Amino acid sequence: MSKLNSNIPEGELTQKWTKYKSSIPLVNPANKRSLEVIVVGSGLAGASAAATLAEMGYKVKCFCFQDSPRRAHSIAAQGGINAAKNYQNDGDSVYRLFYDTIKGGDYRAREANVHRLAEVSVNIIDQCVAQGVPLAREYGGLLDNRSFGGTQVQRTFYAAGQTGQQLLLGAYSALERQVGMGKVQMYTRHEMLDVVVIDGKARGIIARNLITGELERHFGHAVVLGTGGYGNVFYLSTNAMGSNVTAAWKVHKKGAFFANPCYTQIHPTCIPVSGDHQSKLTLMSESLRNDGRIWVPKQKDDPRKPQDIPEEERDYYLERRYPAFGNLVPRDVASRAAKERCDAGYGVGASKLAVYLDFAANTERYGRIEASKQGNHNPDKETCMRLGREVVKEKYGNLFDMYAQITGENPYETPMRIYPAVHYTMGGVWVDYNLMTTIPGLYCTGEANFSDHGANRLGASALMQGLADGYFVLPYTIGAYLSKEIATKPIPTDHPAFVEAENNVKATIDKFLSINGTKSVDHFHKRLGHIMWEYCGMARNRQGLEKAISDIQALRREFWSDVKVPGSADEFNPELEKAHRVADFIELGELMCIDALNREESCGGHFREEHQTEEGEAKRDDENFAYVAAWEYKGESEFELHKEELNYENIKVAQRNYK
Amino acid sequence: MSTGNMNLTLKVWRQKNKNSAGKLVDYQLSGISPDMSFLEMFDVLNEQLITKGEEPVVFDHDCREGICGMCSMFINGQPHGPKDLVTTCQLHMRSFKDGDTIVVEPWRAKAFPVIKDLAVDRSAFDRIIAAGGFVSVNTGNAQDANALPIPKVQADAAFEAAACIGCGACVATCKNASAMLFVSAKVSQLALLPQGQPERYRRVQSMVAQMDEEGFGNCTNTGACEAECPKGISLENIARMNRDYFTAKFASEEEV
Repeated sequence: MSKLNSNIPEGELTQKWTKYKSSIPLVNPANKRSLEVIVVGSGLAGASAAATLAEMGYKVKCFCFQDSPRRAHSIAAQGGINAAKNYQNDGDSVYRLFYDTIKGGDYRAREANVHRLAEVSVNIIDQCVAQGVPLAREYGGLLDNRSFGGTQVQRTFYAAGQTGQQLLLGAYSALERQVGMGKVQMYTRHEMLDVVVIDGKARGIIARNLITGELERHFGHAVVLGTGGYGNVFYLSTNAMGSNVTAAWKVHKKGAFFANPCYTQIHPTCIPVSGDHQSKLTLMSESLRNDGRIWVPKQKDDPRKPQDIPEEERDYYLERRYPAFGNLVPRDVASRAAKERCDAGYGVGASKLAVYLDFAANTERYGRIEASKQGNHNPDKETCMRLGREVVKEKYGNLFDMYAQITGENPYETPMRIYPAVHYTMGGVWVDYNLMTTIPGLYCTGEANFSDHGANRLGASALMQGLADGYFVLPYTIGAYLSKEIATKPIPTDHPAFVEAENNVKATIDKFLSINGTKSVDHFHKRLGHIMWEYCGMARNRQGLEKAISDIQALRREFWSDVKVPGSADEFNPELEKAHRVADFIELGELMCIDALNREESCGGHFREEHQTEEGEAKRDDENFAYVAAWEYKGESEFELHKEELNYENIKVAQRNYK
Repeated sequence: MSTGNMNLTLKVWRQKNKNSAGKLVDYQLSGISPDMSFLEMFDVLNEQLITKGEEPVVFDHDCREGICGMCSMFINGQPHGPKDLVTTCQLHMRSFKDGDTIVVEPWRAKAFPVIKDLAVDRSAFDRIIAAGGFVSVNTGNAQDANALPIPKVQADAAFEAAACIGCGACVATCKNASAMLFVSAKVSQLALLPQGQPERYRRVQSMVAQMDEEGFGNCTNTGACEAECPKGISLENIARMNRDYFTAKFASEEEV
């Protein structure tokens, strides 16, 4: 008998959310004022939740490890945010967004959650525009849209290549407004290091003030995590340097199940690694695939410059393999196709681990349109390219600048070199329909939870989910829990559970500082990253995963006996912060491999080499694996699997076909 | 794969905490690759210091792709170093020469106290936003996003102002440590959009008042802020803010 209850409301799919929302018990304004909610994380999910809860009248404390909530890594999202507005009149609808998301996720997400996401997507755009978020517009003054992978409609709203920045600054301004009004207490440069559970309910957190090193106890009637994904388990990823799994991992060790950890998204278009010094990878937005064509030379080790290779000697492999979606296939498909070409020896650049993303054809096409607008109906190629570059610059200028900055090459002149990189994690803390974890009173939102993207996330859907959870879902669903807590008085933080949690954190810190080994935290992080990328990256197999698990266990032992953490506990000590994070990444890495080993099928971002079609496409096993794998922590290297069956009542499950 | 062959001398500001005195400390680095970012060069330095049993240099950084605004560093007398329109994390060592001496200091301003080494406290910026850098619209109160067309030029101008990353380079480079460019970027963004109109004049007054309270200096139109801004935020924003500020000050309470 499963311990998991997803609490999906009864009724017809399209009515579930509307009906449920109207039946959630309310909390009256006077009671809201005495209910305290802790929000950990200030990205799109955390900031929007904290602001909205405070607007509703709850007392909110919000925590972030950065120096300001505006720095959260949502800020780096480039391409856009999906919404089923159908402003382009191209046949979009809530159902289509729902369908594309389920299909894109390779039939491994919950129907009810995804439908709700598609429903509230339209409200997000309205809310952001009302906040003064300057989304891109057409000359008529209305909002512009573009295409993203895995869809055949234009439903992506954007702000140049800085959509995440603009949306986050919108949520941040809403949050700061509440801070100014005294309704949110903001704790910057604070890191959550444990959750406090009393009588089975989440009742607070232990946070470390990163400047003074002081450990603080904070009570809350409920705790909400919006702490982002765990892509940095690979060391190199498109995540920020500070992005980490610590909050999510700590609650996992206190009883929250961790779901589908092996579902990681490898983004197809990132700037390739340039050397061992590399500290992070930089994404080139998927939106570039609207206008860029991906290719490799047909001849191995072709020494010519890409511009000099004639059209007929280029292999536009995505267009060749997937004529219907071409360069706009979903990310997992595009990434594996790039790896396939490079493994076969057709890669380009010094490392041979790159393919070309070429804008020449579309630059010329745009230039021709511009020339025509100017009355020149027979422009030469040079004119077209010159005018076209202006158009491309307006659309993607900041991305092209970033590429030039990092590589020293001019992408207006020569094709970009790109390669897949770890970008997003679909797995995360298991939550029910209310976004509550298996610990009552503990909620998880945004990338930190597992809920909406199945085994693969479509582009421009992360921003949608983060803001959906924070603005329009959690503030309602948390009422179901808090309405029963109105009689609960704030629990004094000298309660034994707080004392014990703080002592455990302190013991861990003391341990780190006392090892006094020979290798830095980064040294271990890099080695973990190598293991994960090699055996739990774009392609996985039994033998490799088994090796990875034993390697990680050995690495953990070495870490705990030979790590060197300089400085002391009572000061600003970034190495100590990293030590906490890497210790947790090591444990998570092991669980990811265990999960990948258990899932004897290929689906979305999880590709098991033993399970592929003759054409090399992912082969799902719906009979045996149409479930969410939710893992319960039982002790060091011990996890128990709980299965949540996925039932598709509205969508016919089929093999994904983008051909 | 790149191999590093640059040798550098670094003079780095070391300061234990906000109460102690700081000083420049020399470090020799070799084997630096021109493809490294400036912060990756610091990673190399820190790795060496840790191995030697010394304390690594503390510096703020996070996204390392030029958008979060967390990295700072005053490099050879310029915030974010010698290149235009680039943050420290996107500055690459190919912008320097083998044998160079590079001086690295924290942002310096009364309103940005040093926390440790190269990290400073920029929470004053958050308090300025909290004082008025928003549109007062609670979740759920919005009309359809296309109900109100906004001319593209206006929306684009608002976007350009909104591109500010809040890094504080404008303050660090200003001889008066003025925050006018930062404040005016937010004031402008919202003043250019119809959504920002109802609170337009109240907003500018509240934000300017908070800016003054935080101890930022006055603007004397030297323009260093615009020149050093990694996102190219324009001085026009300051002019726009001044107009709104004076309109607000000279109009009666009812009018604003």
